Amino acid sequence: MNSPLLRLLAIIFGLLALFTIIGFILRLTVKGEGGRIVVANMNARIAAWWIMAGIMSGALLGGFAVTIVLFAIISLLALREFITLTPTHRGDHRALFWIFFVVTPIQYLLIWRDWYGMFAILIPVYAFLFLPLRIAAAGDTTRFLERTAKIQWGLMVCVYCVSYAPALLILHIRGYNGREPALLLFLLVVAQLSDVFQYVWGKVLGKHKVAPHVSPNKTVEGLVGGGLTAAAMGTSLYWATPFSPWQAALLSLLIVLMGFAGGLVMSAIKRDRGVKDYGSVIIGHGGVMDRIDSLCFAAPIFFHTVRWFWAQ
Amino acid sequence: MKNFVAFLVRLITGAQGHWFDCQPRAGQRVYIANHSSHLDFLVLWAVLPNTVREATRPVAAKDYWEGNALRRWLASKVFRAVLVDRNPGTMVGADTVLRPLADALRQGSSLILFPEGTRGTGTEVAAFKSGLYYLCRMTPGVEVVPTYLANLNRILPKGEFVMVPLLSRVSFGPPLRLEDGERKPLFLERARKAVRSLEDAR
Repeated sequence: MNSPLLRLLAIIFGLLALFTIIGFILRLTVKGEGGRIVVANMNARIAAWWIMAGIMSGALLGGFAVTIVLFAIISLLALREFITLTPTHRGDHRALFWIFFVVTPIQYLLIWRDWYGMFAILIPVYAFLFLPLRIAAAGDTTRFLERTAKIQWGLMVCVYCVSYAPALLILHIRGYNGREPALLLFLLVVAQLSDVFQYVWGKVLGKHKVAPHVSPNKTVEGLVGGGLTAAAMGTSLYWATPFSPWQAALLSLLIVLMGFAGGLVMSAIKRDRGVKDYGSVIIGHGGVMDRIDSLCFAAPIFFHTVRWFWAQ
Repeated sequence: MKNFVAFLVRLITGAQGHWFDCQPRAGQRVYIANHSSHLDFLVLWAVLPNTVREATRPVAAKDYWEGNALRRWLASKVFRAVLVDRNPGTMVGADTVLRPLADALRQGSSLILFPEGTRGTGTEVAAFKSGLYYLCRMTPGVEVVPTYLANLNRILPKGEFVMVPLLSRVSFGPPLRLEDGERKPLFLERARKAVRSLEDAR
């Protein structure tokens, strides 16, 4: 148990076991129709957490390539949900084929090849210019700019932003060689704990809504309570990272705030399209995009902050 | 083998079946759906529960599905398609063309039928061909299940050969029947509207 990755995983599964026991006790003790529904939903979420944590730890233990493949699949599933919600035209078909089957695989291949320079510009430069060209070549000009912008946005958020998470594995941090998977897990754990505790604090104490029109479930109490809880837990995990405790605290807060921003923005898109969830593949959670919305915003900012201050 | 093919189709197209005031069951039934993609019959067939799928046969064009050995094998062994002659000539009546369909229904099978007759762009459901009406008259009391296939025109549109893996959705609506003395255009329009109305079903 010397590796920080293994210790983190042990803590995660310990927490899950604890939540599972609490959920079981609540199922036996909570009375009343409304309470039962909340507890049943919570238990469904916990069950899904076991599966998600199992898949993620399998990938991290499986190594560099397996982790990259897993994130590529997550990107594709999120992009699929995003584009399904976007009203694309017949003329976008080939452009969509390119982003699913060419751009996304290349983006993840670049991480695997440790080619940071190209990884950082493939989508914002090359795909950005190629997409409108491909759509224009198809000849349909109705709502041209709108269609192009939506597809580019989907590509940025589902592929470019998400790919920053596994890109943490190719950061060269002084005195931290070979332990990068623990840094990736740190990001994932803080972002997801923040979501979980914002939900829990919001359910227990929530009164003042942050953005009632965008995301009615987000409350000030949830944001502050959940954010601070997640930041405190992140700080306590500093030993798994290259950071000192106070650095870990600041970076945890950064992840929490960016995660909140991501959740809010992705909710705004859902409201605009008139849906509650992006999909239904993860029981109790909705779609893949619903689960990684916080990661989309947290990953790139966390990556660049760490790269700026810590990487060689 | 069949269940595996159905699983693959559901994986690739993300398809899920949603039943509105309609229960999945095997037996004399005609699923009628909008048609915009080569994938349509596959997806409808794939979202049916295994036991129901076992008893459900797509109606397909004879000229295409007898085109080569692979298609012939798929049509007869995997999908057990009921093949119809699209160009029977002027001397042949509807009864003759539709007989294989009516026979399949009488043997207790369900059918998958696209009454528009051809693939559209997916934006509107075109007028239904008369075959559905004659088939209902030949097999009195048969249940017609209106079905809406969403997004397949975006996954594999007409005239395209590459697929984009978006999420599709199959909505089944309350079954309808040909009423006694109901006239052909009225019945066909009622069936078309039933399919169309499922577009926004949630």
